[in-house]
Amino acid sequence: MIKKLFKNTGTHLFLIAVSFLSLFPFIWLISTALKGTDENIFEYPPVFIPKHITFVNFIETWKKIPFLIYFFNSFLVASFTVILNLILSSLAAYPLARMEFKGKNFIFCLILSTIMIPFQAIMLPVYLIVLKLHLVDSYGYTTGYLGLILPFAVNAFGIFLMRQAFLSVPKEMEEAAFIDGCSIFNIWLKILLPMTSPTLAVLAVFTFIGSWGEFLWPSILLTNKALYTLPVGVNDLQGMFSANWRYIAAGSIISIIPIIVFFLFMQKYIVSGQNEGAVKG
Amino acid sequence: MNYFYKKYIPYLFILPAMVFLTVFFFIPFFQTIILSFNDYSNDIYNPVFTGFDNYVKLIKSSEFYTTLINTFLFLLMVVPFLAVFPLIVAIFINRKIKGISVYKVLIYIPVVVSIVVVAIAFKWIYASQGILNYIVQKIGFMPVGWLTDTKFALFSVALVTIYKGIGYYMMIYLSALIGVPQDLYEAAEVDGANEFYKHLTVTVPQILPTIALVVTISSISALKVFAEIYVMTKGGPLNSTKTIVYYIYERAFENLDLSMASAASVVLLIVILIFSVINITFFENKRYKL
Repeated sequence: MIKKLFKNTGTHLFLIAVSFLSLFPFIWLISTALKGTDENIFEYPPVFIPKHITFVNFIETWKKIPFLIYFFNSFLVASFTVILNLILSSLAAYPLARMEFKGKNFIFCLILSTIMIPFQAIMLPVYLIVLKLHLVDSYGYTTGYLGLILPFAVNAFGIFLMRQAFLSVPKEMEEAAFIDGCSIFNIWLKILLPMTSPTLAVLAVFTFIGSWGEFLWPSILLTNKALYTLPVGVNDLQGMFSANWRYIAAGSIISIIPIIVFFLFMQKYIVSGQNEGAVKG
Repeated sequence: MNYFYKKYIPYLFILPAMVFLTVFFFIPFFQTIILSFNDYSNDIYNPVFTGFDNYVKLIKSSEFYTTLINTFLFLLMVVPFLAVFPLIVAIFINRKIKGISVYKVLIYIPVVVSIVVVAIAFKWIYASQGILNYIVQKIGFMPVGWLTDTKFALFSVALVTIYKGIGYYMMIYLSALIGVPQDLYEAAEVDGANEFYKHLTVTVPQILPTIALVVTISSISALKVFAEIYVMTKGGPLNSTKTIVYYIYERAFENLDLSMASAASVVLLIVILIFSVINITFFENKRYKL
């Protein structure tokens, strides 16, 4: 009994240490952001809990940086990316899971082969195509948003994930519906989609987080600050506040609040252990 | 067995996804290859076909050579750590102890936070009068220019990539650990194996395919590193953190050198293709089976 208790203590200590290290960079940012100008942020030994906690850095940063606009842009781009991924992936996955047709294997292999093409290696032509399609912010807000969304509207992981989910739905349900005169589209919409909603949720959550954190593409594409998404806006803090680490820290912390809240609400879909990191670009 | 449907129906369902994949994957893929065989430097609208000239220029460029070395050094720093440490964490978290899933959530937080914020946080930790140099001095070493010294900068960036990846690979390992039959552990216990030996002789062989999977996925993502470098060092000092994607970015979007950027992209494509083929043929063939 005592030995068992001791064994668990060791586990807890180890995991507390790893958790602390995982949170440390954020704790240190918060600590810095809470220090006023009367405190030296470079003091040795470092002070974790400020002598006079102040929110002035948060307030000033909030005033100077249009965070609400960045939140809105990130939310809009991530939401539409999610919706498109759900629709396109589940549409394409249906015949690949359920129907027999000419060229099925070829099409499936073609889709899977895109997994091997990293976006970073083709981003230059993607940029040229997006320019040619006028999907950039110099033509207006809508085209700017579309340019951020459309290149990530579908990916092979999503199609693959939905195909696996459809394969696990018993065929009898569809056959019964079909005999009752249900169209193929309605079978997809009213039987398969509701039955695979847990997988759709997993796909939605991972696509949302991926899109929310995307940095490379928006930083290439955007020229108008009004369309900046959070990662681009946060990176901009460094230039705006040069070496004012109190403001940079405060801005960074403000920027991660939405995704942390989202994660805590959606954690059952994320850390359930059955996703096997199914979605990663 | 199959219910009746018209012949064109399957294609109709696949068409929308295929349109997007064609416009944003297949066409750019072939265009990258075409661009790499042309010279755009005189007139961007009238490229001249130059065969392998761009590749020859690339091979002769000492900057690109440094870039390649950096990329593989970076991979060698990141991958062994991400293959081993998340597994240890996962083994601890897999124990049936009340409240243990709280740790899982906390350790996963860096995965969901944008890499830009993580990189900024580390830049602050790495500051010349920052907290890390305080610790270093406390244990009796000289302060280090983590991001300004050519000897340390690549390692410092790698540490950020490692930090950001631990939770992600921990989850992959956790789902594999659930599948290890419990009676194997009981048998090892009967043989008197201690905790460490038990995992070495039971866990590791049982989840070997997952370890291999983590090695290949983390290699591929190490080859694609960009944001950390962009936010923290911009490839410097003296190109010591310039990796291949950063090189492509710089050529394409800062120097507008389409030819060299594309030739470097093709090199990246080939390297990643090799890793992906190894991955799919050996480790994920069951996952993608028709």
